[in-house]
Amino acid sequence: MHAAQDEPRSIDLQRRRRWMGLFARAPLPLLERMWNGLGDKPAYDYLRRPEAGLAMVRGRVCGSGGPFNLGEITLSRCVVRLDDGTVGYGYTSDRNPRHAELAALFDALLQQPGRRNRLESVLVTPVARELNEQRRRRAARAGATRVEFFTLVRGDD
Amino acid sequence: MNERLDTAAILPGLQNPVLDAQRIFRSVLAAISRPGTVQALESVPTPVPLNPASMAVCLALLDYDTPLWLDPAACAGRGVREHLRFHCGCPLVERPARAAFALVTDSSALPELEAFARGSDEYPERSTTLIVQVNGMESGGGWRLRGPGIPATARLGVQGLAESFPAQWRTNHALHPRGVDLLLTCGNRIAALPRSVELEA
Repeated sequence: MHAAQDEPRSIDLQRRRRWMGLFARAPLPLLERMWNGLGDKPAYDYLRRPEAGLAMVRGRVCGSGGPFNLGEITLSRCVVRLDDGTVGYGYTSDRNPRHAELAALFDALLQQPGRRNRLESVLVTPVARELNEQRRRRAARAGATRVEFFTLVRGDD
Repeated sequence: MNERLDTAAILPGLQNPVLDAQRIFRSVLAAISRPGTVQALESVPTPVPLNPASMAVCLALLDYDTPLWLDPAACAGRGVREHLRFHCGCPLVERPARAAFALVTDSSALPELEAFARGSDEYPERSTTLIVQVNGMESGGGWRLRGPGIPATARLGVQGLAESFPAQWRTNHALHPRGVDLLLTCGNRIAALPRSVELEA
């Protein structure tokens, strides 16, 4: 395999992974607001209707490398196809099929070369900002409970 | 592992996965319990060269635990493998003897029944269920069927299978409880030949 040929694809893959992760973690009201705010909503149909279910998470034993069942998570998923054939995937770890549907729609929209740059600032940036803000608030709340311990020197020496 | 799935040719699946799959399953069950009868299934989006009945059976019965063998005509169909892998998640196998299900879209090229898994005496159900697309299928004429689920005899006329089929079926029937079972499909209709049925041409 030629490294040069793989590079543009791997950058695209990284970008796609990033936005798919952001949409999966974004709060639903934010996604609904962004969807409503879209000027030209695309026509689409479902390759897989939004549905919620269970998935078995598997891990690998460090020593032997053998796979084992870690446990089940609830999962919502949806696969949509836009008019032009672009397929978008949404997988979210919650019981909210609508969340997976919006994640799939945004994934499809961002794959369309024409729209990507414009939409990246409209769709991806607000979500990244919101998640950072959530993280900051959580850290601040936890930080407020931080206790500094001081050890007093006993003076035996 | 990171093989990209070509999604361009994938068609939509069942509109209402749970209820539709249960309905299809009940129809298949009716066909198997009453050999010689023909059941109609609802239409589902189907890639050529599959017919809607075969497609419905695949969507209802196949999953990641059921290896599937596709005949050459099905393999050549645009998007057939992708569509089945996306909706059913079934592994595709090269060797008929390793398959839990076999999809034969060209009945004239149906491999010898011996090529498929016939189960064992302890586990007779570990056999291949063949989904065979035929050119015509009508109850009332043709073969004379006898066996469990059939009051006296039933008549089923099937077009598209080789002349040697009744002889092959006799051999299969003699293996009971081992052997293969057939689901015959034509358009959106299905009829079943479970291994327990005696067939007289």
